Amino acid sequence: MLSPRAGRRFSPSDLVDFVIVGSGAAGGILAKELSVAGCSVVVLEQGPRLTPADFDHDEFGTMYQMKLANNPVTQPHSFRASVSDTARQTMAVIYGRLVGGSNAHFTGNFWRLRPIDFNEASVLGGVPGAALVDWPITYAELEPYYTKAEWELGVSGAPGPFDAPRSRPYPMPPLPVKSSGVLMEKGARALGLHPQPTPMAINSQPYNGRPPCQHCGFCLFFMCEYGAKSTSMAVMLPLAEATGRCEIRPGSYVARVETNDAGRATGVTYFDGKKRLQLQRAKAVVLCANGAETPRLLLNSSSSRFPDGLANSSGAVGKHLMFNTYFGVNAQFDQPLNEFKSVQNTRMVQDFYETDPKRGFYGGGAIDARFDRYPISFALTGLPPGTAAWGEDFAKTLSHQFTRSMFFGTHGTSLPVETNSISIDPSLKDAWGLPCMRVTYYDHPDDLKCAEFLAARASEIAQAAGAIKTWPERVLPQTLTVHLLGTCRMGNDAKASVIDRFHRTHDVPNLFICDGSSMVTSSRGQPTETISALAFRAGEHIAAFARRGEI
Amino acid sequence: MSDLVARRSFLRAMAAAGAAWAAADLLQVEDALAWALDQKRKPGAAFTALTAEQARVVDAIASRILPSAEGRPGAHEAGVVHFIDKALATFKAAQKPLYVEGIQSLDRDAAVPAGFTSLTAAQQDDLLRHVERTPFFQAIRFDTIVGMFALPSWGGNRDSLGWHMLGFEHQPQFQPPFGVYDAEANARR
Repeated sequence: MLSPRAGRRFSPSDLVDFVIVGSGAAGGILAKELSVAGCSVVVLEQGPRLTPADFDHDEFGTMYQMKLANNPVTQPHSFRASVSDTARQTMAVIYGRLVGGSNAHFTGNFWRLRPIDFNEASVLGGVPGAALVDWPITYAELEPYYTKAEWELGVSGAPGPFDAPRSRPYPMPPLPVKSSGVLMEKGARALGLHPQPTPMAINSQPYNGRPPCQHCGFCLFFMCEYGAKSTSMAVMLPLAEATGRCEIRPGSYVARVETNDAGRATGVTYFDGKKRLQLQRAKAVVLCANGAETPRLLLNSSSSRFPDGLANSSGAVGKHLMFNTYFGVNAQFDQPLNEFKSVQNTRMVQDFYETDPKRGFYGGGAIDARFDRYPISFALTGLPPGTAAWGEDFAKTLSHQFTRSMFFGTHGTSLPVETNSISIDPSLKDAWGLPCMRVTYYDHPDDLKCAEFLAARASEIAQAAGAIKTWPERVLPQTLTVHLLGTCRMGNDAKASVIDRFHRTHDVPNLFICDGSSMVTSSRGQPTETISALAFRAGEHIAAFARRGEI
Repeated sequence: MSDLVARRSFLRAMAAAGAAWAAADLLQVEDALAWALDQKRKPGAAFTALTAEQARVVDAIASRILPSAEGRPGAHEAGVVHFIDKALATFKAAQKPLYVEGIQSLDRDAAVPAGFTSLTAAQQDDLLRHVERTPFFQAIRFDTIVGMFALPSWGGNRDSLGWHMLGFEHQPQFQPPFGVYDAEANARR
């Protein structure tokens, strides 16, 4: 499986049916769906192709030197909190840069949206300062594809009391509960809440030829050696290559989507590993490059026919960027939890999912019980304020608390705000000479209120669980994210959205987009299953278009 | 356990768990790891970026940031100074002047001919308290933590002593129960 020897090889001059940019959650699924449907597919991935023998548990290299992420030196970007500020170069956006994308080293949280996520704007009315709109599809339309994602990839879970209706149960039972999960159950039940097993795209038992989780503890930011994490890398890309119709081409840094005088996409120009420009010809182009790189690529693909960027007649490309809020509460307990073992989290509470007008702000979210800090991060940020920063007390406290600490993570909504965006930095260029992205972001006031609300609930749960000490993270406007959503949103109105309900761009008939950028609302903090379901649905429709000669 | 030994035990566990994608390359990888381990065991030069005297000061400071105690290894035992030397010779070379100046300054502040390292632990702590907000101290604190807890291949965390100090175990497999609070729930499984 997943050997560089596998798969078909095409020449850039071959006219393939599809070139897909990006190999993550959406790109991997689309590669599989389109190649299984009989189409020829080339997947361009900027990062390297790694095999399990390359995987390691190098916290410093991975989390502090970003060796698997977008490289801040060769492909920098800038950030500003407001359109009136001058952006400065920084690290605001982190995504996986390898075959398999961010999905290869994601935590595994796999939550569905609920029906209300799709029509919240019409149910609630608008929210001042936000461009909250309904999705052009409903939960019922996406439900079969959530089910497909869960069964084709492999998800462990059990239904919770507030879950959206499902047509089929989870394919695998939940993973074994951790101490953090038991404590969350205790605290939440004491408060009358409804803790439930966290659905995870990680095998709890052998599934489709892949082994179950071995509980080594390295899910977040790491790839799974065992292939127990149900990712594009482990599941979808091997199936795509096995068709003999799909090539995954690593080290391919895409510069432009090319178009002709008729306004149709003709292929994709990219730099190969030796920085030589290549043109991969294709009948149609599918962008799955994530919610930051997809709009950057469109904006960098402007031409005389498309002066404001490709597929951007609406002006919506890059706008409505949503991060999700992620804060939480640290807690220390009397006895060892040993949270470094097994998956990141096993229990969550979704009682606060829906917007409640009585709270006085839009939004909602969930709280999960998790381990978030490997050893270096724990030593740098895992102790309460006021703890000695060095010396005997520091060493003693670290030594005592590492196994006794956990984190109640809060995952909340972000509103689509027009000025929160990916645009092109006026001066910054990357190592390939391409204009870099500029991130503009400031959380909507309701998002911060919602995050404060969730953190207060998390503190209550921690205390009811018997924590001997709790301290919340400060809720501040966010300047760093791994969730990149909403920047090419889906809609029926070509003047206000970038893609239609089938992921076809309104402006270019043979250009499709499917990734976090397609999302109209932000989810309650865990978008991956929705991106996966959208990709299965898009794959089915795009394959049908191809069969009918409509690409 | 060194990284290489750990990597090998992960690979074996992968194959044993039935991870088909690991099996093909396992023998090849095992050979490469055995060779790398052999190379690693050969003693190399003591320090690259730091002089022996500078290294003694760095070791002394790191040992005050994460001191050892009975039954608890500290930065000295984990060889943090070797991580810092390696870092200053490579990816942190730009910070070497900060280190050199910080070391000189502490030796001056010690006000004894034999310098900072000849002071008692309490005297060293007093001097460090005066500089704890300086860029030099912030850098060496960060580097001491990384050298203590990063994967041993970065040059520190000798014999995983930093991880032992925390109670962190790096193993290919664990079985429930994981901690005290889930013992009962997992016993029922």
